[in-house]
Amino acid sequence: MELEKYIVAIVTLDAGKVGGCGAPIFYASTKEEQDKVATYLSRVMEGIVHDLENGTYVIVKH
Amino acid sequence: MINSSYLQAVLNGVILGVLIRYFLLKRDYRQYPSYPHGVITHLSMAFIAAVIGAIAIPALMEEEYTAVTFLALAATQFREVRAMERIMLEELDKTNLVPRGPDYIEGIARVFEARNYLVMFAALLVGGATYWGNIFYGLVAGFFAYLVSQKLMGGKVLGDIARVREGRVSFEGPNLFVEDIHLMNLGMEKVRKEYLERALGVVIEPYNDDGRATLANNGQRIAIAHDAAALMGIYKDVDTPEFTPIVRRDLDTGRLALIFVPLEKDIEYLLEAVKRVPVLESAVSTPLKSYLGRKAAD
Repeated sequence: MELEKYIVAIVTLDAGKVGGCGAPIFYASTKEEQDKVATYLSRVMEGIVHDLENGTYVIVKH
Repeated sequence: MINSSYLQAVLNGVILGVLIRYFLLKRDYRQYPSYPHGVITHLSMAFIAAVIGAIAIPALMEEEYTAVTFLALAATQFREVRAMERIMLEELDKTNLVPRGPDYIEGIARVFEARNYLVMFAALLVGGATYWGNIFYGLVAGFFAYLVSQKLMGGKVLGDIARVREGRVSFEGPNLFVEDIHLMNLGMEKVRKEYLERALGVVIEPYNDDGRATLANNGQRIAIAHDAAALMGIYKDVDTPEFTPIVRRDLDTGRLALIFVPLEKDIEYLLEAVKRVPVLESAVSTPLKSYLGRKAAD
């Protein structure tokens, strides 16, 4: 089966909540920084930012 | 020396056959990928089809049975038309902001193939009528063939199988809803604000179980999103995939929700556009025609 959706990057405020995965993790110290980094990454990678509601965003390519 | 009644039959059949194809071409301008060269390609194909159809009766009269077998040979040629359209549309679909989807493409390709057969049949009819009657009979047969082909080619639209109405767009945290149907999760506050300002929500409610099964087809849903975007204009670029219109299904009732960010916020015309989306041949499902389907429905 072909993998059609995948996480291209993770942007998080809480380093303890993510790890051990293939996608690069970006740590942000404030919500503003997190939003900015996520926006840039989503534009560059042409992906969509999804909010996991635990201080972590994943950028998913659909 | 060519028999003049043969010539008359063939010419009449060819001319009317190509004319019918031309009128059918005009009807599907919106889904038609290219003008003017695509049109020329298809008119040429129609010409070949019409010649084959029109020549069949004179060939039979002359007891040239080999000539008639060319009809069968031609049929395989026109299968190529379908493959040609499919390949081209699939390639073009890759660069489409809102793709048509494979089901829609297959439907279009099938229509192109079928129309050539219709032309062949019409030319045969006109040729026969002209040969055994006169030109006037040929014209009447041509008109009749035109009416039949229009009837055969006019498929259903979404408005026939479902009620289309506006739906309220809202967020619960990052989750986007149209009424109570969940569409997707959007992380960015800015994007959510734009959705609340600009997006239009549409709810599509099937009239019966047949409609519900048809709307469940994912290809049909992609086609709805594509047609809405093609007609209304879309607020999206390649690097903002979050504004891609999507259609999701309510598992309990089979209703669909479309979320769409148009360039011009005009719900009235969006509803009209959605109503006119063709029901794809490959999506049509009729469980109500079977005993079990009817029993399960109540």
